[in-house]
Amino acid sequence: MLILDNLWIIPLLPLLGSATNGLLGRNWPNKIVNSVAVGSTGFSFLCALEAVREFFQLSADQIPWVKQYFSWIAAGSFRAGFDLQVDQLTVVMLLVVTGVGWLIHIYSTGYMAHESGYYRFFSYLNLFMFFMLILVLAANYVLLFVGWEGVGLCSYLLIGFYFLKKSAADAGKKAFIVNRIGDFGFMLGMFLLFRTFGTLDFVTLFDQKHAGGAPSDAMGQLGTLTIACLLLFMGATGKSAQLPLYVWLPDAMEGPTPVSALIHAATMVTAGVYVVVRSHVLFTHAPTAMLVVAIVGCATALFAATIGLVQTDIKRVLAYSTVSQLGYMFLACGVGAFSAGIFHLMTHAFFKALLFLAAGSVIHAVGGEQDMRKMGGLAKKIPWTYRTMLIATLAIAGAPLLAGFFSKDEILYADFQSPYGGHILYAFGLFTALLTSFYMFRLIFLTFFGKPRFDEHHVHVHESPWSMLGPLVVLAVLSIFGGWFALPAFWGGPDYFAGFLSPVFGAKEAVAGAEEAAANISELTLAMIAVTTALVGFGIAFWLYIRKPGKPAELVKSFKGAYTTLLNKYYVDELYATVVVKPLMWISTEVLWRGVDVRAIDGAVNGIAAGTTGIGDNVRHTQSGNTRSYAVWVVIGALVIITIIFWPYLKPAAVGMVR
Amino acid sequence: MIPTHYYLILSAILFGLGVVAFVSRRNIITIFMSIELMLNAVNLAFVAFSQAWNRLDGQVFVLFVIVVAAAEAAVGLGIIILIARNRQSLNVERVDLLKL
Repeated sequence: MLILDNLWIIPLLPLLGSATNGLLGRNWPNKIVNSVAVGSTGFSFLCALEAVREFFQLSADQIPWVKQYFSWIAAGSFRAGFDLQVDQLTVVMLLVVTGVGWLIHIYSTGYMAHESGYYRFFSYLNLFMFFMLILVLAANYVLLFVGWEGVGLCSYLLIGFYFLKKSAADAGKKAFIVNRIGDFGFMLGMFLLFRTFGTLDFVTLFDQKHAGGAPSDAMGQLGTLTIACLLLFMGATGKSAQLPLYVWLPDAMEGPTPVSALIHAATMVTAGVYVVVRSHVLFTHAPTAMLVVAIVGCATALFAATIGLVQTDIKRVLAYSTVSQLGYMFLACGVGAFSAGIFHLMTHAFFKALLFLAAGSVIHAVGGEQDMRKMGGLAKKIPWTYRTMLIATLAIAGAPLLAGFFSKDEILYADFQSPYGGHILYAFGLFTALLTSFYMFRLIFLTFFGKPRFDEHHVHVHESPWSMLGPLVVLAVLSIFGGWFALPAFWGGPDYFAGFLSPVFGAKEAVAGAEEAAANISELTLAMIAVTTALVGFGIAFWLYIRKPGKPAELVKSFKGAYTTLLNKYYVDELYATVVVKPLMWISTEVLWRGVDVRAIDGAVNGIAAGTTGIGDNVRHTQSGNTRSYAVWVVIGALVIITIIFWPYLKPAAVGMVR
Repeated sequence: MIPTHYYLILSAILFGLGVVAFVSRRNIITIFMSIELMLNAVNLAFVAFSQAWNRLDGQVFVLFVIVVAAAEAAVGLGIIILIARNRQSLNVERVDLLKL
């Protein structure tokens, strides 16, 4: 129980790495910065592995394993401790975060080699790992919120890494501010939970005496639990880029590509899904909230996928794809298939990190160009990048036996069968799968096939170094085999992944399982439908971009309105600018700045100062330096005091004199 | 037996003279003397009350005042001598370094 007793060491290692590099690394050569950053994350990964090994030796009644290290906040009946918790859900998240995080650290050593601010980049990246690990290990909402805010901070720092570029700095601010809106809801949700149940510790809160035993809200009823869930979900929409707070994620692509892979694809943006899954006890008691989650997830999946169809920036396509896939995860949570959501979270972490890293490798190869219209024909020149990216694309599109196939299939199956789901959700999910397959193959065809559309004399295309290709290959292997936990389910065997997580979700999913048995349509049939859909998407992309390369331009002409709407992302940014940003700016400048700040606050302060100066200016003349004038003042003062003291006796006399 | 208020009236007159002298004269020595006059006017009042109520407190006070006045005279005269040496004048109007 070496690591399980000292869980703090897992997040502490990256924190130490971050502090070392951040404080001392300025003048160090890249090699030392590398060893500190990659070493600390690597050790953290090893510790996580050891923790998981020890975890498997625990007996069932020791799970969830909670270690209380110290009391952080104690006020009245409220206690928030630095408590870390490990259960099956944490194990999955822990391995994904440390494992993928470590691979991306290695990749970054190659990708960032020629950038200035090298030590700064790794310091932020390690800090991110620290906060992310706090987030997944936290045993109460308060500590989780620390990690939640911390990853938001690191996201801001890393999006604005090239802070001299205005668009990057703006994107960082946008991400931070949009996240704050969500965090506001998250905090309110926490307050409401504490007010209702008097605790924020997961184990206590979810047990039968507290929320776990509380009566469920009816559908459409806005009970306390429903409101708390909706508020928590508001936080999740901010962090996980769901409608209506998704706008920051595409802009976040201004950051370096490894950051997009680690933070904005594999780990941080899945924190919202994690919170919803972690709070599944609450959500299952609030069917209205579940429905909202499912609808928002489904709508986001479809919405983002349609925007992804026409984007030309390779990273933006992937960004919208991420938003869309996150929508899938919420869709899964919303129909009660929490383990399917986490399963997709894990496989998505593999293939989306791979896609981003491969995209980074492509960008690296063509000298910083991100526009797919200026790529093409790269397959032969950068074969390893091509192969790994193709695997990831097949995985996300849902090609049979690859990771994404299993997880997406489980989600679609749950949509179809779950008591929370419905055939409409299933249809939308399926259509999104078609779009996903289309835009991903469009990306592949535009980038790697056809004639080169860049200037071959100036751009020297080169394969990336092995520090970058190594992680790609590892992630490609994971993208292939990462879904095989669920493989036996197809011939009636156990789904190992869902089985592993079942202690966390308990009876709720067992109910869904019973329905599965009674289902009149088998998972295999639905899988066939999904694969066919993906094939259709592939076929359309193949036909449009390989067979008839002139066709897309014609289509653009005939559907001009739809195309420009999609290209401008449904004008959502413009809408937000008019409805929210501009009025806020006006209130800030005209009312708060010019009115309140300048007139009221500055006016009061300056007025008091001017008044004091004026009085002093007049009164100083009494200080003449003349001893006798001072004496006169003393006499006058003494007379005044005497008059005041003796006033009761003098009054009759004075009144008499006036008469 | 002289009534007490006679003493008090005399004391008030002496004190008033002291105040008037203090604010109207320019010579430091004269001002100094007017302070002594005021102190002794107060002493007179103390002694008168002591006599009137047949208690010793007032006389004790007077002794204290005399002691303080003696000390004050010593210090004060010292200062005056220094001022006189530095400025070759005893006019208070010219001692006005404290003005703003």
